[in-house]
Amino acid sequence: MTEKTVAPTVNSAGYDVPPELRQSVAVTTLDKIWNMGRRYSVWPMMFGLACCAIEMICTAASRYDLARFGMEVMRPSPRQSDLMIVSGTVTKKMIPQIVRLYNQMPEPKYVMAMGACASGGGPFKEGYNVVSGVDQYVPVDVYVPGCPPTPQALLHGLMKLQEKIDRESITSVRWYQKDDIPAIPVPLLGPDIIDPRDNPAIREATSRKPAAAAPAAPAEPDAAAEAAAS
Amino acid sequence: MSEQAPVQEAPASPPTELEKRFPGLVKHDERAGYEGHIVEIANLVEVATAIRDEMGYDFLSSVTAVDYYSEAPDAENFIEVVYHLYKSTGGGSLIYKVQVPRDNAVVPSLVPVYPGADFQEREAWDLYGVKFESHPDLRRILMWDGFQGHPMRKDWKEAYFEEEVKPFKNRWPEGQVYRIEDRNPFGKNVSYPAGFDPEGFQEIEDPNLYSSLERSAMEYVEDIDTEQVVVNLGPQHPSTHGVFRMAVRLDGETIVGLKPVMGYLHRNHEQIGERNTWIMNMPFTDRLDYLSSMSNNFGYALAVERLMGDKAAPPERAEYIRVLMAELTRISNHLWAIGFLLNDLGAFFTPALYAIEERELILDIFEATAGSRMMCNYFRFGGVARDLPEGILPKIKDLVQERLPRKVDELDLYLSQNELVRSRGEGVGVITPEDAIAFSASGPVLRASGVPYDIRRADPYSIYDRFKFDVAVRYHGDVYDRYMIRIDEIRQSLRIIQQVIKDMPGGEILNGKNPYQVRVPAGESYGRVESPKGELGFYIVSTGKANPHRYHVRAPSFINLTILEKMCVGQKIADVVVNLGSIDIVLGEVDR
Ligand code: SF4
Repeated sequence: MTEKTVAPTVNSAGYDVPPELRQSVAVTTLDKIWNMGRRYSVWPMMFGLACCAIEMICTAASRYDLARFGMEVMRPSPRQSDLMIVSGTVTKKMIPQIVRLYNQMPEPKYVMAMGACASGGGPFKEGYNVVSGVDQYVPVDVYVPGCPPTPQALLHGLMKLQEKIDRESITSVRWYQKDDIPAIPVPLLGPDIIDPRDNPAIREATSRKPAAAAPAAPAEPDAAAEAAAS
Repeated sequence: MSEQAPVQEAPASPPTELEKRFPGLVKHDERAGYEGHIVEIANLVEVATAIRDEMGYDFLSSVTAVDYYSEAPDAENFIEVVYHLYKSTGGGSLIYKVQVPRDNAVVPSLVPVYPGADFQEREAWDLYGVKFESHPDLRRILMWDGFQGHPMRKDWKEAYFEEEVKPFKNRWPEGQVYRIEDRNPFGKNVSYPAGFDPEGFQEIEDPNLYSSLERSAMEYVEDIDTEQVVVNLGPQHPSTHGVFRMAVRLDGETIVGLKPVMGYLHRNHEQIGERNTWIMNMPFTDRLDYLSSMSNNFGYALAVERLMGDKAAPPERAEYIRVLMAELTRISNHLWAIGFLLNDLGAFFTPALYAIEERELILDIFEATAGSRMMCNYFRFGGVARDLPEGILPKIKDLVQERLPRKVDELDLYLSQNELVRSRGEGVGVITPEDAIAFSASGPVLRASGVPYDIRRADPYSIYDRFKFDVAVRYHGDVYDRYMIRIDEIRQSLRIIQQVIKDMPGGEILNGKNPYQVRVPAGESYGRVESPKGELGFYIVSTGKANPHRYHVRAPSFINLTILEKMCVGQKIADVVVNLGSIDIVLGEVDR
């Protein structure tokens, strides 16, 4: 940890506190005290996807002891959690649920992509059911490399998240602005995963070929037709 | 053990028992490197029933499909469905196959004969498009309904398709480096059929799942006028051991139907495995059952070594190291399983913390030896990758002779007689031995039902025949016994390791050099080990090329789930989670 993060709040607003009061009075900014409260109580969602989740559990266990960061309160419900640790391979079948969970988390919320798979597909990137990186659907704050990242690496990622929280200000964070933050549209499971945000591009690409050449309907999986978008 | 299976004979040998019994309907598989029999498709059910009832092959280990496809004009293209059977009393395998044309792949279902074929046939339907006639519930299992095509067929290409075989040119020194995303029109791992209109698309969520749930539930509730509700547990649920989902149909609190839904972690292990070269698959096997990577390595190494023959026979020291690692893995896996079963019982995280503490010590040994805590990638064809580091043996010795026995006793003392464990475990989720065998359950699930079947003893591999150990077995088949048997097995594993350490010879750890490419002669092979979860099998088909033609994993967690519905129906919803925990699944292996 850098020095900055050790005791960031005390007397840092540029006001001098008389020496006799230094034991009991501190002058600080609202941002700093607010951030301090949040950085030491990031509640992760209890949400494991694959192998990386095992290392996440080990991090929470006694040897690595996530409790030192005030983060041991794993919440099974997205509505009570601040941080989604995407710990494992994100598949097409699972991404609708992940987006739904993300939408259900209250602001402020953070996402950590733990491991190679969540960050970019990892060893399984070319698989037909694999999403190459959760950041194609939800915004990611911290990426932790590794396959799986060791508990130390995960802890480092969490510290990076704390540093990120330290830099935020009440006046500028997006969830205190006037406008609503739109929910992320939930992808659909069609012949392949469909991100509604991509609809125009998909139509563009699929209508380039004459429709007559296409298999009758996507609901007819028997036609072992090749995916023909390319 | 009874007589050996009539396999592995030269083509010109006298007719086998099976051929005598079914003259004309069954013939030898005469391709070089292949074994077993080819059965006429019309007689499959008849032959299968006779093999089960008359010859005693009552355990269906694996069902899988192989796509023999080549674009060459004179190539014979067909799909083959391969069945591997064993006797629950021990001994070698019996293999039979049926061959069907690719464009009309219809095979009679064997679910009426072996209920354990259920999920495996659904998988073959999902990935290969083999239709199993009269299968009670033929739906996709790993992919979702409505997915385009059957992805394991050799002529199906994924969106990120580059080449048939790795290493790909873009990762090759002379090749051009480019990112495959840049070649996909969407920059993503997706592709759509031509003419597909995304705006007009309506998603119907799991239509077949709910109707199938309804069908299965009907049997239990005829003319009782109560309202039933369907509850979905998962895929995100605090105690489903990963992204596993169960759709449960409830009458009050009682379960009348349950359908496991999986595939949320289906990461196409087998398809990627068929693009990989042989040795490249080794690290991928780590990620199957990610709690016991060493056992997975073991199974794959055995399967390939069986094909490669003598030139890949591991030296003595390597065999000992392999057994040592496999047994350490079993201990760490069972510790984890016990800890998390207690979690499911409501003892939230405290027992798990104690279990994880011991597991960490074993992981330290793995890290020192293989370089990684979880993903060891330690086995090679013909040995292991590295020798044991200096000074590790005394550490292991200390662990298996002092610390772990004490800790296991402690665990036993505090948990086994605990009121909570006993009242929620005894008599819950009972599996009879007959059911366990019929549903192809394996590992602790099978042995807790009173079937003393352990591959290490029943069909020994590696050097397990040299060690003294007891096959742990318990007789009630309930959750409590499945918990106890894991403690028994830890004790037996400790016993084996103590012998391994005592006898560990010096010498080479690898037969020959550690090659970048291995030559695997054409043929098929099935290697199976007793992994901590059950019978882990690898079915591989080689055509003599640099990569496997077929690479199939018989995953114990996946097949042990076949019996889950039977275990749960009639019980309370609160017990579902405990029943699931007592099977001890890992999603990496269930979905692959
Ligand atoms: S990054 Fe590696 S360890 Fe993590 S989920 Fe992916 S394959 Fe598993």
